[in-house]
Amino acid sequence: MATVYCSLATVHFEMSRQLTQRLVFTLITLAAIATVTPIVFVVGYIAYLGWPAISWSFLGEMPRDGMRAGGIWPAIVGTLYLTLGTGLIAVPLGVAAAIYLSEYAKDNRLTRSIRIAIINLAGIPSVVYGLFGLGLFVLFLKFGTSLVAGCLTLSIMTLPVIISTAEEALRAVPQSFRVVSRSLGGTKWQTIWRVVLPQALPGILTGVILGLERAAGETAPILFTAAAFFLPRLPGSIFDATMALPYHLFVISTQVPGMPIQIQYGTALVLLVFVLSMNVVATIIRSRARARRQW
Amino acid sequence: MAPKIVIEHLSVQYDDGTESLRDISLEIPANKVTVLFGPAGGGKSTLLRALNRLNDLVDGVRTTGKIYLDGDDIAAADVTALRRRVGMVFAQPVPLPMSVRQNVTYGLELAGYPRGKMEFAVEKALRAAALWDEVSDRLDSPATAISGGQQQRLCLARVLALEPEVVLLDEPTSGLDPISTAKVEASLQEIKKDYTVVIVPHSVQQAGRIADTAAFFLQGELVEYAPGRELFVAPKDKRTEDYVTGRFG
Repeated sequence: MATVYCSLATVHFEMSRQLTQRLVFTLITLAAIATVTPIVFVVGYIAYLGWPAISWSFLGEMPRDGMRAGGIWPAIVGTLYLTLGTGLIAVPLGVAAAIYLSEYAKDNRLTRSIRIAIINLAGIPSVVYGLFGLGLFVLFLKFGTSLVAGCLTLSIMTLPVIISTAEEALRAVPQSFRVVSRSLGGTKWQTIWRVVLPQALPGILTGVILGLERAAGETAPILFTAAAFFLPRLPGSIFDATMALPYHLFVISTQVPGMPIQIQYGTALVLLVFVLSMNVVATIIRSRARARRQW
Repeated sequence: MAPKIVIEHLSVQYDDGTESLRDISLEIPANKVTVLFGPAGGGKSTLLRALNRLNDLVDGVRTTGKIYLDGDDIAAADVTALRRRVGMVFAQPVPLPMSVRQNVTYGLELAGYPRGKMEFAVEKALRAAALWDEVSDRLDSPATAISGGQQQRLCLARVLALEPEVVLLDEPTSGLDPISTAKVEASLQEIKKDYTVVIVPHSVQQAGRIADTAAFFLQGELVEYAPGRELFVAPKDKRTEDYVTGRFG
């Protein structure tokens, strides 16, 4: 008799478990669909409206006729310059800071406050960085509205992302590797250079690309520091102002009357592809590294 | 013969006040297998790590007392040079994330060993660790691809490649099957002709099998230190006897 009760209870329990399982699974699937749908819609919408504008002349020519015709070549080049320049400044600085925090810094009040500062920096609205760059680089250091002022401003904005992801990647390298390397007569730096950094590299690169991707897409930080409203030539030196895709998009969408809509969406599409392809590169690096990981 | 290592009044404490080793004095003979054994938490590993100053890597460890290697105070020595003279094999095999060959050459490259002689050094070290026959055809595969027992002998090989004077082993066979364990133990008997071996065994039985001299540690204290045969057959201290005969532990 007892066994009958027991098995009945089990059956009941089993059914409710299955029900819960199905319910939760459905909810999770719905959540995933709800997340993905807007992305697909946004990308699809912009691609649909922007595609007719895309041509070699649109990509490779100077804007003409008050930006209502011609191409967006100087904006593409400007964004490339800004992204590369930001990388040149922010990557060495950020990785060095991450190495310091992960490998050298003792866990004390100073390093804890540095970490908190970095986290908070990541949360500052980008327009505040723009204003800061205007004050420090453009006016105080007299760089003027220029590539270099824009790169420095974007670097400050990007650094927290690079530092925190790089530090995380370094910390994920097992401590035992460090002890083994030291026990084989390696110095601290040899250990970092030959064992820790190579292991952390994929993670660091992912952070770098994600940070630069944000730098490439931001308007506010370059608004006061680097971007020219309309400059139908390429910047000749790092102290020249430059056009840039996000700011150009802002200008042609709000400041120019009678703007053909496909030029706006064409520009948006180019910016989107630029940023998304950086994302794809980051994903490839990460998945390759995961496949190769030996521990 | 002069002892290889002389330990005088060594104490190791942690910042939180716990004491790991209390006033240890010990002379370790050259070209012998010296066994440090006793129940967990006795300070054996700490002593081992003190011998090549690996405790320096841990924050909040305070070491007092002196350790002499061939008569020289190791606290005054260049630490990387010291660690080349006193190599260490850990309880868990931790191959570096490289190939089998690179694991052996890693320490040599850091020491500036001539590249031309590398090939020969790799074979010699792998042979000394009784691993050459098993891995000679996959020197360039990742070190994680070989078995656990082979990995541990690889860890021994990369230490031997540096031609140290002292080899420290911290429970090197704790994760190994009996056959691999026997291979490691056999290579210990082989290498002690050239090296001084200090080992924390993973069991009393292993201690008895391999010890030339043995030191029994209990809660940070050195209870008894004697030639292996004496200590395991006729221990002088009651606590040693109780542990060796399995009355506690």
